[in-house]
Amino acid sequence: MKKEEIKLIIDNRRLDGRKFDELRPIKIEAGVLKRADGSCYLEMGGNKVVAAVYGPREVHPKHLEDPSKAIIRYRYSMAPFSVEERKRPGPDRRSIEISKVSREALEPVIMKELFPRSTIDIFVEVLQADAGSRTACLNAASVALIDAGIPMKGIVTSVAVAKVDGVLVLDPIKEEDYYGEADVPFAFLIRNGKIESISLLQMDGRLTFEELKEALRLAKKGAMKIYQLQREAIMKKYIKEEVIE
Amino acid sequence: MNEEVLMEIRRDYVLSKLRDGERIDGRKFDEIRHIEIKTGVFKKAEGSALVKLGNTQVAVGIKMQPGEPFPDTPDQGIIIVNAELVPLASPTFEPGPPDENAIELARVVDRGIRHSKAVDLSKLCIEEGSKVWIIFIDIWALDDDGNLMDASALAAISALLDTKVPAERFELGDDFPLPVRDLPIAITSLVVEDKILVDPCRDELSVGRNVITVTTDQEDNIVSIQKGGPFLLSEEKLDEIIELSIRKARDVRSILSKI
Repeated sequence: MKKEEIKLIIDNRRLDGRKFDELRPIKIEAGVLKRADGSCYLEMGGNKVVAAVYGPREVHPKHLEDPSKAIIRYRYSMAPFSVEERKRPGPDRRSIEISKVSREALEPVIMKELFPRSTIDIFVEVLQADAGSRTACLNAASVALIDAGIPMKGIVTSVAVAKVDGVLVLDPIKEEDYYGEADVPFAFLIRNGKIESISLLQMDGRLTFEELKEALRLAKKGAMKIYQLQREAIMKKYIKEEVIE
Repeated sequence: MNEEVLMEIRRDYVLSKLRDGERIDGRKFDEIRHIEIKTGVFKKAEGSALVKLGNTQVAVGIKMQPGEPFPDTPDQGIIIVNAELVPLASPTFEPGPPDENAIELARVVDRGIRHSKAVDLSKLCIEEGSKVWIIFIDIWALDDDGNLMDASALAAISALLDTKVPAERFELGDDFPLPVRDLPIAITSLVVEDKILVDPCRDELSVGRNVITVTTDQEDNIVSIQKGGPFLLSEEKLDEIIELSIRKARDVRSILSKI
């Protein structure tokens, strides 16, 4: 069990055979839950997550209401069976922090002024985790918000960059995250097909300023690809519905 | 209601001053409030510090005890950081278990210490696989006049520098100073419109808690970043903030290394 040094890059390839700037396979499906106002199922490598959006709806408890805009709530939750060692159900410190920064990544993008005295609740459940679950959840939440018809300034797309064996790699797997030297999850606001700004940024590990800039460049490249898949998932759902009618 | 109205008046005042290129307390945009560090203040703790950052006050106490290591690091000591935003520190803090702000505060301070490898954890192994030293870092907010984050991070590293490992008490040989080998410094900036305000005070935060904390080590490496607030950040602003944080951290580090 002891944490040992392992080689993460062999012959310019990563442990799972990917190139440095290559994403894991991604699958996105919009509108997978019947009861939710909007929903999305998303796979990103070994991550399997579901997102649901309820609202705009009445706020409970009442005292949380804001007379000028909707409040946004985001709950990131991991199923006990989503990780190797059973995780106790319910929020732990990590989930609470992830919920906070994820909510803050979406809040400035949602046009909440349109829905005073109401709430927009976003719930994400991680069913299987393999590094980058917060980014997978944000990607799913974005699609679910659009599926729910919530007006937004654009779409939020999230991806992480890690530093392993001295090089920066896109969308790390668990081993790269665990043995790596740094992990930087990003989320961006993408509007009119262009990355406009950063909506989530965390980092831990050790990076120089130059490396951080390079990480940002790499993340933006990855985000544009994920964005296309998010778009396709939404188009697919609505085009299909038209055919049925 | 009264508090809300006051908040709005304060907010307008802060913004109107900013448009004139000034901060409400007369500081420059990149100026940190006056720092006061006292260590060794609580004798029952293995190490302690009281930090004042302007009117913001934070106490940190370090307690240590032997315990079981994590299975993946059998020969390394353990750091546990906890933060309490106790109700005495602000009219908006409520009793009860740590909320998301307290948890974020503790976790960001933790990451700064952990990833700068400030404490040499390999020197805290007592018996590989069964017994290592556990360091409990408890952050106690006393007065929240804004930017508890930087005050807490500074108090934590100051308290660690003051810490003596209580080996005698546990019949594990002589006491020895905690091996601290880096000085991580957290610098928080508030982003308002197109301006960056380093070390925001409470009144400045009334315009929105759009903050970002960058922690750097003594070689200017970035060891932790946390964007904490519902806002969008441009790439240019990020660069500016990182550059500023590295520069300001050097100033704070020079104050810290004098104690």
